[in-house]
Amino acid sequence: MDVTNLESVRDDDFIHAVMEESGQDLTHCYQCGNCTAGCPCGFVYDIQVSQIMRNLQAGRKDKVLNSRSIWLCLSCSSCTTRCPNNIDVARVMDVLRHIARREGRVAEKGVTTFWDAFLASVRKHGRVYELGVVANYVARTGRVWTDIDLLPRIAPKGKLSPMPHGIQGRDEIARIFQRYEEERTR
Amino acid sequence: MNLAYYPGCSGLGTSREYERSTRAACAALGVKLTEIPDWSCCGSTPAHALEHALSGALSARNLVGAARAGCDTVATPCPSCLSNLKTARHRMADDGFRAKVGRLLDESADKLADLPDVQSVLETLVTRVGLDAIRAKVRQPFAGLRVAPYYGCIMTRPADVMRFDDPENPTSMDDLLTALGAEVVPFPYKVECCGASYGVTRRDIVARLSGRLLGAARDAGAHAVVVACPLCQMNLDLRQTQVEWPGGKAVDMPVFYFTQLLGRALGVPDAELGLEQLCVDPGIAFRRAAQVVAARQAEEAAQAAKAAAKAAQARQAAAVNEGGRA
Repeated sequence: MDVTNLESVRDDDFIHAVMEESGQDLTHCYQCGNCTAGCPCGFVYDIQVSQIMRNLQAGRKDKVLNSRSIWLCLSCSSCTTRCPNNIDVARVMDVLRHIARREGRVAEKGVTTFWDAFLASVRKHGRVYELGVVANYVARTGRVWTDIDLLPRIAPKGKLSPMPHGIQGRDEIARIFQRYEEERTR
Repeated sequence: MNLAYYPGCSGLGTSREYERSTRAACAALGVKLTEIPDWSCCGSTPAHALEHALSGALSARNLVGAARAGCDTVATPCPSCLSNLKTARHRMADDGFRAKVGRLLDESADKLADLPDVQSVLETLVTRVGLDAIRAKVRQPFAGLRVAPYYGCIMTRPADVMRFDDPENPTSMDDLLTALGAEVVPFPYKVECCGASYGVTRRDIVARLSGRLLGAARDAGAHAVVVACPLCQMNLDLRQTQVEWPGGKAVDMPVFYFTQLLGRALGVPDAELGLEQLCVDPGIAFRRAAQVVAARQAEEAAQAAKAAAKAAQARQAAAVNEGGRA
């Protein structure tokens, strides 16, 4: 059995940070389990959503931020929609990802690598260049065979743009990212 | 209403047929779309999963552009873009958030307080054009076509931000497809997630979730799934060879964008709707529908023949009776 002295692991600053950044009152969760029951991704989670909510109330920062679940959450908002106490659980999950990233904790590296490749494309071109994102992801992960089986299905459809669609305001977009980084490191 | 149009990045690539059919269907219905000048990416999930102000700034840049072009409403076909644009606008009510986004964008926070409204193209068509007007313009109604309407998870959720249709059991696309003459099958997974962009990073998730959706559509007797989201379409159509079919019985299930069926019913030529860009041959659905119609006609003919025989028998009996009396 996993026995924890809640008093010794309780991190109040963490609880407040999550409440503040998400705008959600975590104390409203009474563990009905609706979020877990409706979560389409629960089958791959290490900690179910309702357990994340309970651990948040207990201020168990490491348990929550080191979990794989926060990276596998699909942002589908089923939890938010079904919460009887109107907690925007999906937004809480977003905020957990924000904090975990700031602290350099990522339990599912593949997911963030893909997201980073996506945002790098936006930053560079102003719009996403799909082939570029996949190429970047493959280069960063070495997963050369990812979706190679789909190529014969999609290539003849003329939907893969060989070139990025750059926009005039590219620099403007790059500046948004630059300012975001400056704010973060300040 | 002065309508701005936000195509979204995938419209230039993997969902090109959604983009083409949206424009064609809107043109056929007299809806004028003004593309937001030099629009940029909303950041999709990667941005909101990284930082809300970053996501807000990437989205707000486009809403500011629409306002500058004199538009009071922005319509977008993509639910992910829709969700980001609507969420950004919704959060601008918060002074702190608005100031933060303003700093990233180098815009005055005041300007961000009053951004154009945002809606999905589906909402625009259903609420602005209206089902009656659409029904009146249908030239080739779908006969015998059984469809499973799939909305995706975020077009109606969270409800207090999206403010369109029912968050758990939306019906707008059902109604639209019915207006086109199609038959909507009972489909309980209307808003269940397909696995989103995890196809690349965690194929197991998409294989299970999209497989469940396709299996439910198959079991409900659908000839096709109809979607309103580029990512859903890709998972259900392109990845159909990768999914785990519950029960193990795979079928070829065409996956249309709702705008493609709308355009077809309105008489727009197939070439303008990008039907050939779907991976699973859409003709399968039309052939299955034709079989239903043929079976129905055969059934009707048999019924008519039966009724005629019965009437003839009755006439004969009456004649015999008459003869007996005479």
